[in-house]
Amino acid sequence: MFKSLMKSKKNHSFWQSLVIRLPFGWLLAFFLVPFLIVLKISLSQTAIAQPPYAPTFDLAAGWRGVQTFFAGLSLDNYRFLGTDPLYILSYMKSLQIAAFSTLLLLIIGYPIAYAITRLPRRAQAILVVLVILPFWTSFLIRIYAWMNILQHDGPLNQLLLALHIVREPPSWLSTDTAVYIGIVYSYLPFMVLPLYATLEKLDEQLLEAAADLGCPRWKRFWLVTLPLSAPGVVAGALLCFIPIVGEFVIPDLLGGSRTSMIGQTIWMEFFANKDWPTAAAVAVVLVCLLVTAIVIFQNHAMRGSERD
Amino acid sequence: MRKFSPLNLAAIILGVGFLYLPIAILVIYSFNASRLVAVWGGWSIQWYAELAADAPLLDSAFISLRVALISATAATLLGTLAALALVRFGRFRGKLLFAAMIYAPLVMPEVITGLSMLLLFVAVAIDRGFWTVIIAHTTMAMCFVAVIVQSRLIDFDMSLEEAAMDLGASPARTFLAVTLPLILPAIVAAWMLAFALSLDDLVIASFTTGPGATTLPIRIYSEVRLGVKPEMNAVCSIMVGVVGIAVIAASLLTKVGGARGTPAQA
Repeated sequence: MFKSLMKSKKNHSFWQSLVIRLPFGWLLAFFLVPFLIVLKISLSQTAIAQPPYAPTFDLAAGWRGVQTFFAGLSLDNYRFLGTDPLYILSYMKSLQIAAFSTLLLLIIGYPIAYAITRLPRRAQAILVVLVILPFWTSFLIRIYAWMNILQHDGPLNQLLLALHIVREPPSWLSTDTAVYIGIVYSYLPFMVLPLYATLEKLDEQLLEAAADLGCPRWKRFWLVTLPLSAPGVVAGALLCFIPIVGEFVIPDLLGGSRTSMIGQTIWMEFFANKDWPTAAAVAVVLVCLLVTAIVIFQNHAMRGSERD
Repeated sequence: MRKFSPLNLAAIILGVGFLYLPIAILVIYSFNASRLVAVWGGWSIQWYAELAADAPLLDSAFISLRVALISATAATLLGTLAALALVRFGRFRGKLLFAAMIYAPLVMPEVITGLSMLLLFVAVAIDRGFWTVIIAHTTMAMCFVAVIVQSRLIDFDMSLEEAAMDLGASPARTFLAVTLPLILPAIVAAWMLAFALSLDDLVIASFTTGPGATTLPIRIYSEVRLGVKPEMNAVCSIMVGVVGIAVIAASLLTKVGGARGTPAQA
């Protein structure tokens, strides 16, 4: 087996190197290099010291920016982020919304994933498809669907009024509640699927053994099922938490204008304030935060697997 | 046999209801004759009729379709090569970096991907427009493609290739006659995903687009920012319908092509 592989390797080293180089080169050019440019711009320009720079960042200025880069490396943009509470609040808000909605997703997703594993095989497969399917429809459309439902005279308020649950129709849009609803709705498949994958592999005999030894039902769930599903919980939380932190569309369409999440802040700095260096600095800090979060999640996952 | 309690049933009904009700409401309201959302004015297709006359919107839809077709195809090509490189070529110089660059875009916030792309295009003085959106979408989607094809390649039964080569097939022929047909379902599925991702993307496209290349999500976003519009309900319903049909077609296709287990009657 090795021989044939080795032979093919030698004969086709040209094709082989092409197979590697083409995608490698593409990613270098369009993923790594752009990110290095972001890093560079976040260090090279100070929006406060050079105000004329901010409003018209045309192509010529872009080149000048690159040229003056070596002369003027500075951390001023980062210092600026530290001094203006707007940015710190925005980061805190993003982390808080991501943490709380991940918790909500766990609470809502777990019973669904658990219930799916109780079904016969064939029904399980159908339900998994049903859970994935909404993911294929546009993010934007799903959020827009909630704008329909949550608007002042929309179906939700009509229902609440008809059932006499409220006297005055509450406003849902432009509130954090609406953002949470939108996030939970959009990310539910990302939580249910990893949970389902681990719960489905759970060894029934362990539960039977616990039952035989007189362990009551709730305790079996608490002592056996829940700890064994920890990898799924970690995977689901990671899959949800990380993208939620950088979310833009959901808070922009459903949320209020008072405090914005960090994705909106970057967008604003870019499109409204035209302050590209600050936007770049905000982005770099966000990446650092996310990398930290991923490392923390990874460590938890490792510790979990060591316990097994 | 595992027990299925009423509580489980409630969880599933509520869960599926939660996932599908909003989309159903959206589609129903797109047929509302009244302009006011609160008032049901009977069934009507007037909003669909108005769409047909909305030239800029149709234009955007056409641009989005072209962007999605080209970028999905390029992403599938590059992503499949990347998957082959990762799974089949053992160690090579820079493999760690390569793998990191495949996975990083999957978790990178779209705002940052878009921003970095834009800064690149500015730095090399490329005018932003149709092709820059395609480049950006290709980059993002190829990583998803690579992950999907990679998982198929890892499950791959190597003895099939060895048999072909033992029987005297050249590596190229082995790849075309044995490997490719076997991983084709994954490649097709990956292409569909890349297509859907491109068609769906608002954030990256907003950063990388230029005059004359307003994609459909950008158009929809600028319309709905200020509130609900019945015409937009109709556009969104059409998109839901198209995606629904495409996904069902894709799942049938993968079942026919790659049948693991029994071909489903589901």
